[in-house]
Amino acid sequence: MADTPTEAAPRLALRGITKRYPNVLANDGIDLDVLPGEIHAVLGENGAGKSTLMKIIYGVVEPDAGVMRWEGEPVRIDNPARARKLGIGMVFQHFSLFETLTVADNIRLALEPRQSRQLRQRIRDISTRYGLPLTPARRVHTMSVGERQRVEIVRCLLQRPRLLIMDEPTSVLTPQAAQRLFETLRTLASEGVSILYISHKLDEIRALCTRATVLRAGRVTGQCDPRRETTASLARMMIGGDLPHTVHREANAGAPALRVQRLDVPADDPFGTRLSGISFDVREGEILGIAGVSGNGQKELLAALSGERTLARADAIMIDSAPVAKLDAFARRKLGLAFIPEDRLGRGAVPEMNLADNGLLTARGDGNVAHGFIRERSVVAFAKRTIAAFGVKAGGPDAVARSLSGGNLQKFIVGREIGQRPKVLIAAQPTWGVDVGASAQIRQALIDLRERGVAVLVVSEELDELIEICDRLAVMTQGRLSPAKPVRETSAEEIGLLMAGATSGEITPTGTSAPARAEAR
Amino acid sequence: MRLRLEARPVPSRVYVWTAPLIAALATLAVGFVVFSAFGKNPLAAFDAFFIAPIATRYGVAELLLKASPLMLIATGLAIGYRANVWNIGAEGQLTLGAIAGGGVALAVGDALWPPVLLLPAMFVAGAAGGMLWAAIPAWLRTRFNANEILTSLMLVYVATLLLSWLVHGPWRDPEGYNFPQSKIFAANAMLPILLPETRLNAGFLLALAVVAIAWLFVRKHIVGFEMRVAGLSPGAANYAGISWRRNIWLGMLAGGACAGLAGVSEAAGPIGQLLPSMSPGYGFAAIIVAFVGRLHPAGIALASLLMSLLYLGGESAQVNLALPSAVTGLFQGTLLFFLLAADVLVNYRPRMVLA
Amino acid sequence: MNEIAQIVVLTLAAGTPLVFAALGELVVEKAGVLNLGVEGMMLVGAIASFIVAAKAGSPWLGVFVGALAAALLSQIFAVIVLTLRANQVATGLALSLFGIGLSAFIGRPFMSVVIDGIKPLAVPGLSTMPLVGKLIFGHNPLVYLSIALFLAVQVFLQRTRAGLVLRAVGESPQSAHAIGYPVIAIRYAAVLFGGACAGLAGAFLAVAYTPSWVEGMTAGRGWIALALVVFASWKPWRVMIGAYLFGSVTLAQFQAQAAGVAVPSQLLAMLPYVATVVVLALISRDATMIRLNAPASLGKPYHPE
Repeated sequence: MADTPTEAAPRLALRGITKRYPNVLANDGIDLDVLPGEIHAVLGENGAGKSTLMKIIYGVVEPDAGVMRWEGEPVRIDNPARARKLGIGMVFQHFSLFETLTVADNIRLALEPRQSRQLRQRIRDISTRYGLPLTPARRVHTMSVGERQRVEIVRCLLQRPRLLIMDEPTSVLTPQAAQRLFETLRTLASEGVSILYISHKLDEIRALCTRATVLRAGRVTGQCDPRRETTASLARMMIGGDLPHTVHREANAGAPALRVQRLDVPADDPFGTRLSGISFDVREGEILGIAGVSGNGQKELLAALSGERTLARADAIMIDSAPVAKLDAFARRKLGLAFIPEDRLGRGAVPEMNLADNGLLTARGDGNVAHGFIRERSVVAFAKRTIAAFGVKAGGPDAVARSLSGGNLQKFIVGREIGQRPKVLIAAQPTWGVDVGASAQIRQALIDLRERGVAVLVVSEELDELIEICDRLAVMTQGRLSPAKPVRETSAEEIGLLMAGATSGEITPTGTSAPARAEAR
Repeated sequence: MRLRLEARPVPSRVYVWTAPLIAALATLAVGFVVFSAFGKNPLAAFDAFFIAPIATRYGVAELLLKASPLMLIATGLAIGYRANVWNIGAEGQLTLGAIAGGGVALAVGDALWPPVLLLPAMFVAGAAGGMLWAAIPAWLRTRFNANEILTSLMLVYVATLLLSWLVHGPWRDPEGYNFPQSKIFAANAMLPILLPETRLNAGFLLALAVVAIAWLFVRKHIVGFEMRVAGLSPGAANYAGISWRRNIWLGMLAGGACAGLAGVSEAAGPIGQLLPSMSPGYGFAAIIVAFVGRLHPAGIALASLLMSLLYLGGESAQVNLALPSAVTGLFQGTLLFFLLAADVLVNYRPRMVLA
Repeated sequence: MNEIAQIVVLTLAAGTPLVFAALGELVVEKAGVLNLGVEGMMLVGAIASFIVAAKAGSPWLGVFVGALAAALLSQIFAVIVLTLRANQVATGLALSLFGIGLSAFIGRPFMSVVIDGIKPLAVPGLSTMPLVGKLIFGHNPLVYLSIALFLAVQVFLQRTRAGLVLRAVGESPQSAHAIGYPVIAIRYAAVLFGGACAGLAGAFLAVAYTPSWVEGMTAGRGWIALALVVFASWKPWRVMIGAYLFGSVTLAQFQAQAAGVAVPSQLLAMLPYVATVVVLALISRDATMIRLNAPASLGKPYHPE
């Protein structure tokens, strides 16, 4: 670490941090220095070890080896309470909130008892000061994802942290809301708070951060000033090569294969979203994308489309002009629907079962079942074909699903669904948590499928991904869907505004006033 | 130093089958302590408990006789348990099976139906009775989302009281000196004996046949596969379009039918009439058998022998050691505890680490 | 009027074992753990208290030992479920079966032993007052204890920080761990409390209510207590209402028998069990209510790391 700037003593210094899990070396001798008042990016693709490192700093995970210094003093942080006492706060990617409790109770739980006095007033003070409006008495399960993130941030700020860790904070925000978050973070940094900013989004890091440490496969592979780098040079550091790109030809769309007309679904869960008046078509040979911040009804829409939830009006959903909304998932598959869910383990695959059995989970054709009895040879052959076709790295059809890496299991699931020669394929977050190589392969597979005349619907939070592969895009907000627009006639900014447009409760109060307040202060 | 559990990337196949052995050995160790605590010579006690009961041909027949209902019920329950359908009311379903099957036997009475007609009629009625009793929790679960653990268990008490009422009232043997018991079944309503001079009857063959059918169902049939998926991962089952309602109905009815058959086997076998209690807790012991047997038909067949031995040992301990026969229940519970504890080895590797 | 007071006294007494057991289980479930072993723990509490009461001659010492014994037993469950990570449903069943077996085994010599149990309060001058005397001062001391327990649980869950932490652990153990709470230790403590309460319930039956020892004397009350927690949608005050409702059903059944109603006693005795099934079905049909009130992590395994 000879190139560490020496003008200021680091607030946090890590040396040789190592953490090993049964299957993988998550962190391998990591060194990291964080200076007072800097916004320091930790950059790396999925599985590079960023989250593990942050959990080690915050005391959620104990390292196997390595030393940590805080303000020059050696420390051992064995639980989050200790981290907080030192002045370390963390905003988790998957929030650490309690849904049925109020905002105030959620915050109280993270504070020392003596810190909780006049809590409501202090919550209001902090949220005004940093432009993060909150209602202390509201229960968390009634709030949008963006609002929940504000609870997490305010909770951290109330402890007056000197180091704030943000783990992929913009994955739940619209582009505009992300800009406002950056304002808040810059204000904090100017007050001397150090910020560790975890992300795999290169543009964001270039816009926000003053220093970056790059991780690859658990090791530090570089340090730089991201403002002076290009997206391409950052990507090379991150993945050790150029970003793979997909080959995309002109769309040649045919007749509508999946047709949704005035779909209304009441929320069946008190924490769910109600769908109203959703209409769209997906034509043969095109990819339709549905963008939107998660929690706006995507989960409910996907359940209604896949047949995991059946509906009363049969013609609300049609596959090849056959009304299917009353049919269950199994019957819809028989009509040519295939579905890649967003959760791999526990939905798309049974973690404890091997790949052969996980193939049989949905692949009932191809002679896999005869007279109700399983034909083992055929099932194994199907799994072998899928493994070969998608280059799945696994021990073979006997390998247990949960022993595969995220990317390889996702490739198997994609292969299984495509291998059944569907007419309509629905994919939810197809590359979520998947490494760059597998992501590119999966995107290419979807594009190839489109070229073979299949109707493909992709629901994703990754706007860049949708713009890359889709022919048309629609946006989901608060259970409604905007009209679909050809991708080349729109822009990320416009989609971002649409994403924000209907989530007005989240945008308007902050949107107009947050920067103003920050300046006025 | 402290113990840390490390998740295995893949469940250990070795421990899947050695954990029950570890549990059985640990239970023996507890037995050693219990016998010593009661001032018995542990070796003599072990002999009286585990060896003497099966040292004779009659003893072996008794072992198989008592294993039959356990095997039968556990096989049925396991079909549900694999799909996370928790039927713990088999004792009540057994009772209803005995009532229904026994009811047929009593209704036919001395009318000379040939056994080839009467026995199947009794078993069909018994299975139907058990299924009826299991259908109540299944219906309440699928229709009202009521927890089947609690409802199936409550119905055990109801079934026991129903049988008690029948043998105290309408079905009481008028010539039975006012004892709460039904008439003794006619000879054509009794299961044929397999081994002369023992009580081992054709119910054992029935149990073996059910085990074989269950094996075919869970290992080879697509519905068995689907129920396994539902048990391992409800989310994946829902995604694949596997109906949870069907699983609950199938799981409950399989357990109910098997328990009902076991009830008839007991009534038309060793008991030969209806009594206020038709089973020394077979319906509950079968839960343990199902787990110790890994919910696998072959494992269940083996585990039922072990559990049957615990029953025989308890009886022998009462006679030869003057220990309460309830020691059986104590050992059953201990065995299940140890099994559940030993199961940690299937999915985790224990490691000592320096704190 | 004295008859009414008598009925109230009897109803409260009949409901009290359920109050103890269900309040304990409620706290356990609020921490996200489903312990199906209540029946077994109650029986062990019953026999432990009875033996101490018989041998030491002190039913109060018996109550204490009964609670202690069941609390210790609950820790077997805790170790297997929380440390060794076994399935909660299966382990709870094992605990019930084990408790039934253990209590029958050690209780055999005490089957026909007679003890001097804990008697209802008789405060000179007060308990004999007309109308209210019996109503307020005429209950068994353990009935007052159960009401005190209710108030304590209510205040603990709703008004204390520790109660908030417990609820948070049951709502999301992942989040609780992430902000630094020792989830497993908190769950151990909750299970311990639940065990002690089940022990009190059993002890009440053995040394106050009957007082005697009969194998399986809890007669399914442990399971009814579990149903009661669902019925109460995890709210202590509703546990009280439910427990006394069941108490009155039990009582009605005895009264009808005593009055010589022309229905066989066995059929009358089915009442509490049938009532449990019916009530459980009616309450469970409202899935939204259950989802909003049930601790979100109930019965789901959680292991830090």
